[in-house]
Amino acid sequence: MRTLAELETAAVRVRDGEAAPVERSEALLALAEATLEHWLLAHDLMPTGAKREGFRLLALHRQGSRDDPSFNACRETCREIVYHHNVIAAERVSPEAPRQARLMAMLVLHLILFVGGKLQNAKLGEFCCSARPLHAETNC
Amino acid sequence: MTNKYRKVAYYPGCALEGSGHAYHRSTKALGKALGLDLVEVKNWNCCGAMEAKNIDPKLQTYLSSRVMSIAAGEMGFDTVMAPCNGCYHNLKKAEYDLAHDPASVEVVEKLARKGGHEPYRSGSLETIHALDWIKEAIGEDGIRSRVKKSLAGIRIANYYGCLYTRPRHIFPEKDKGPGSESTAKPHFMDDILRAAGAEIVEFPLKTACCGGAHTLSDSDTSTKLVLNILEAAEMCGADIIATECPTCHSGLEMHQVRAEKNFGRKTAVKMLYFTQLLGIALGLPPRRLGVQENVSDARALLEAKGLA
Repeated sequence: MRTLAELETAAVRVRDGEAAPVERSEALLALAEATLEHWLLAHDLMPTGAKREGFRLLALHRQGSRDDPSFNACRETCREIVYHHNVIAAERVSPEAPRQARLMAMLVLHLILFVGGKLQNAKLGEFCCSARPLHAETNC
Repeated sequence: MTNKYRKVAYYPGCALEGSGHAYHRSTKALGKALGLDLVEVKNWNCCGAMEAKNIDPKLQTYLSSRVMSIAAGEMGFDTVMAPCNGCYHNLKKAEYDLAHDPASVEVVEKLARKGGHEPYRSGSLETIHALDWIKEAIGEDGIRSRVKKSLAGIRIANYYGCLYTRPRHIFPEKDKGPGSESTAKPHFMDDILRAAGAEIVEFPLKTACCGGAHTLSDSDTSTKLVLNILEAAEMCGADIIATECPTCHSGLEMHQVRAEKNFGRKTAVKMLYFTQLLGIALGLPPRRLGVQENVSDARALLEAKGLA
């Protein structure tokens, strides 16, 4: 399993690469899934193989946000990744497709950075989208 | 245009007196230009933002409820407008907690007694954001009819940040179909600035995390997240990122500088508050809107577009 740092490097490589948009889009979707697998495994959850709305990424996100509403901070990012994947698949010969693929790479990069940041410091990240005591466990 | 929200209690919050002063200034100038009355909440206090909330959420509920108690009880308002996403979020959350959590009610009553004021009763006040204020009180047609300097030729990416729509359950008025705000794809700022003539670009990171909470503990992660937002906005063709929160705004500005300094990655996109952009469209001088106070200096761009 690749580390998050390796996933980040891979996303940057795909972003700056020259491969066909559809190929890049598939690679990016796999990187996004691998990122959420990290989150789930770190929380002792077996990543689901199921799909939601046709995408495993959305099923993984749903699984990861169960009992942790702050994880919804990347919900729209996941949905945008899926949207871009669909657009690229539908308009594979469009002159816009390379730009869409690059934008999708930036979304995936954002997901990797967000999940990486939350894995380092989950409680601080919660300010953004829920409210739970930072020092509850340490009685500070 | 409706009479709704033409006179509201105004809760600027701490950031608008400090790093977000330009937002304060432009919000007040905008209200004046549009004939909308903003009456500042008397003797207001901090909403509890992240500091109090991270230590004791019920203390945050109390702090926010005190602001609402003054606006509703002492000043007799039925609406309070908070331009800062953090304040807006915390007041909405306090409203939700006081309607659903008896333990929060108990703490608020106890602390209000100690504070020597009436506790806030849920349902007495409606909390709105500056975007709701303009959208409801003036509306797109009202804006179009008042535009003196169209923003045509400016391409804007709207950045809403995370607190404006999350968590969804504290915003029961959103996601109610046409006319209401969407938590998944917010559009009020798009609607308002489009009515002022701007070209709104499709921006997929409009509600993405800017890493604000990591700014002190892991600055590099925050800088990378912001850099990604800035570069994505540029890729979408934006000249300007419009903001509606002082924390988001200063985060984007500061990490833009840091990204160049620490990672050697320079981005050219400028940040302006939506109130500054709308004020410019209404013909107000940029100086009166505090454009010169922004770290991200958009004056040359505005001049080149004939807007300064």
